Amino acid sequence: MADDSERVPPPFPESEQRETDPADGESDEDSDDFEGEDIFTGNSQPSEPKKDPLPPAAPTTTTTTSSNTKTNGLHSDDEEQDIFAEATVELALDSPLNNRKREPAQAKPSAPGPSLTVTGPSTLKPPPAKTFEELEEEEEEDAFELNIAVTNPEKVGDGMNAYMAYKVSTQTNLPMFKCKTYTVKRRFSDFLGLYEKLSEKHSQNGYIVPPPPEKSILGMTKVKVGKEDSSSVEFVERRRASLERYLQRVVSHPSLLQDPDVREFLEKDELPRAVSTQALSGAGFLKMINRATDAVSKMTIKMNESDIWFEEKLLEVESEDQHLRKLLSVVETLVNHRKELSSNTAMFAKSVAMLGSSEDNTALSRALSQLAEVEDKIEQLHQDQACNDFFILAELFADYIRLLTAVRGSFDHRMKTWQRWQDAQTTLQKKRENEAKLLWANKPDKLQQAKDEISEWESKVTQYERDFERVSATVRKEVLRFEKEKAMDFKNQLVRYLETLLHSHQQLIKYWEAFLPEAKAIA
Amino acid sequence: MMDAGIEDNSNHDFSGYDVRVTDAAQNGDTFVYVIKSQQISSDMEYRFEREFEDFEWLHHCLLTQEGVTGLHGIIFPPLPAKPGTSLSNSEAKTKKKIESLAMVDDWQMYCRALEEYLHLVTAHPVLVKNPAVHSFLKHREPPIKTKVKKGIFNKLTQAVEELRKEHHKDIDDFFQNERDSNLTLTAFTKAAAEKFLEIVLTEQKIAIACGHFSTALHLGIGQDDDPADYAFAKMCLKLSEVLDTVKKNFEKVAENDLNTLGFNLELHSRFQDAEKEMLFRRTCKLVDVETANKNLGQAKPHKKAAMEDIKKAADKEFDEISGMAKVEIQRYHRERVRAFQKALIELELAATCFCCSSTGWLSLNSHV
Repeated sequence: MADDSERVPPPFPESEQRETDPADGESDEDSDDFEGEDIFTGNSQPSEPKKDPLPPAAPTTTTTTSSNTKTNGLHSDDEEQDIFAEATVELALDSPLNNRKREPAQAKPSAPGPSLTVTGPSTLKPPPAKTFEELEEEEEEDAFELNIAVTNPEKVGDGMNAYMAYKVSTQTNLPMFKCKTYTVKRRFSDFLGLYEKLSEKHSQNGYIVPPPPEKSILGMTKVKVGKEDSSSVEFVERRRASLERYLQRVVSHPSLLQDPDVREFLEKDELPRAVSTQALSGAGFLKMINRATDAVSKMTIKMNESDIWFEEKLLEVESEDQHLRKLLSVVETLVNHRKELSSNTAMFAKSVAMLGSSEDNTALSRALSQLAEVEDKIEQLHQDQACNDFFILAELFADYIRLLTAVRGSFDHRMKTWQRWQDAQTTLQKKRENEAKLLWANKPDKLQQAKDEISEWESKVTQYERDFERVSATVRKEVLRFEKEKAMDFKNQLVRYLETLLHSHQQLIKYWEAFLPEAKAIA
Repeated sequence: MMDAGIEDNSNHDFSGYDVRVTDAAQNGDTFVYVIKSQQISSDMEYRFEREFEDFEWLHHCLLTQEGVTGLHGIIFPPLPAKPGTSLSNSEAKTKKKIESLAMVDDWQMYCRALEEYLHLVTAHPVLVKNPAVHSFLKHREPPIKTKVKKGIFNKLTQAVEELRKEHHKDIDDFFQNERDSNLTLTAFTKAAAEKFLEIVLTEQKIAIACGHFSTALHLGIGQDDDPADYAFAKMCLKLSEVLDTVKKNFEKVAENDLNTLGFNLELHSRFQDAEKEMLFRRTCKLVDVETANKNLGQAKPHKKAAMEDIKKAADKEFDEISGMAKVEIQRYHRERVRAFQKALIELELAATCFCCSSTGWLSLNSHV
């Protein structure tokens, strides 16, 4: 490690840099396809599931061989297909999309594309072995693109009614969008509104809906009041970046992308104001109450877990959450120290400049002013690196802490559906007892009603049981997708971070080397 | 390593010494410093221990040496401040400012400061002739000390009456300029030294934070049954490695900063004070001369002869001091510039060296 004498840094590998967004639509499906591959060395061992003629949705469920033996929610993929057939409006199967999907699916079996709703292509050929880099390259060549950028925060209005409007630009050649590019202006409550809608529709089915960035009354008040200092600038930039990441995560989720609300968000010029997202509103309070009742009911549900996978996963999620929180606090300390270093360097630069100007010896004086300049540049470097530490690493950890809450939410919803099933079974049992009682008491008129009720509840029980299994399957799939996306995300961010470190080191060398002749010229 | 016995004082050899302060050890309540000295002209090497009080005694002897013309015109090399009784850095943390090198939790730095003091003393053409130096550097036993009244010369500038003298206009432009520039230079050097030492502290803090970050990354790594988990774990390990490098880099940078520019700035801010004291002594003498002249002018005839003698003595002393002072000042500035240059070059070389090695490592290892 370290301490080797000077060496010329080898050129930075190009292939790693072609990936644009970590949460781009394509990368998601790609990652579906390399279970069992070592992402880093690119050793390709295509796992068995690829040869599976089942639709691409299936490979995710057979990641580990052990999971094949799990029954809960994994009955047959027929069921998955059925579910999508009877899916609610939001998960509309866009046929042009599917058609489009089929072509590349045959040509390039890695089948990238944001949609998970594949009913058709059971004609998947087993994919040839590919290295990670090759698959990444394919991604780039693929026609499916959906790039989202959130830029240009602008303050609209004045005083306490002011808000920040962000420009949301979409670039796509997905057929489900009418145009290739869209630019709309959105405000923070619009993003929150989008989340509310998506969450309402999909969370209960076990989907992990990415949470938006947090509200910050203090931050926004500063902006509204018009305080133009560095902390409010940083706040706006932080929010802009996290809104961008939020949208990217939403569109990289195959099912969520299908939701017309998402499309509307990206396309429509004017959105109705999402009032229910206001912090201090009636709707806001209502939500708080709901959340409280949820928490209480969660505590009282004691689930008979028949599938140990879920229990284990939940534990993993818990420990990951703790881990991330620790990492976050450690990174924040690092960021603060770097900022401190930056300001100390600035102060030192000033005092050196003063020292240089009062120095009689001209060569020394010049050298000292040069030193002051170098230190000034270094100060900027430290400041930039602190920002990088923050925006790349700290925000990454913070994002995933929030995402893990969503993951836990999906587990909770699964529990709720289980509870509903159990409750239905209990009710059915009661109805049966009631029927028995009626039989005993010999009241034929009420008997028919009782029988009707029984059959009603019997179908409900079946329905709820299927629901539970469907939701379990979804949760499972979602968790696996989440983990893959997380690994990709971390990898990309790590690469970015290393690049910044490398860059700042190189700059440091440049600055110091420029200083040496001045230092030598003294005396 | 031979040990010299007590030598006959008449056998002084005034050639230079090569002195090392190699170590600091705790001896009960106090600290002792292990010193190795070798006289250049002979092959004899001496090894002994000294406490801080021995240094103080030496300094006192230098300041009160008899029979040296223009003694007060000498810029005496400054002795480092007395170290705190404990090695902890907590003092520095509670006080916002770094007041002495001793607070920067680094005993090696302090030994080096003491060593530098001895170098400066033995390199000084006049001071090295002081027998106290000889006995300090050759005798096994520490010299017999009498209780030193806390540095009279050090406290000079604090007397209210003296403050008035400090601003006394000089008769000689050279000296007036020197006094003015000394004033500004002292303030700026102190400020720069302080700020720089704060940078060093922050660099050390960052190194520690990187270490924590690196350790924290190891925490979540356990299960690798999942390929995604395994991938994630690999990420964490990689980042952890990178952070270890960054940490080492910062540690080295901090150390280097301290060793080069930090040391230099701190030493010279003390040296500036020493120069200020010398100039002040001379100014006091100037005041004496002017007072003597005035008295002579006002003296009654029967006292005139006595006043004349006093005036002559004052004049003579003042000239001697001024003469020595001029030489000292020029020497001091030469040395200062040279030392600064050396420090800056060393700073630069080490900085680029560390950056290069970590850049090399980083670029090799960014193939994730």
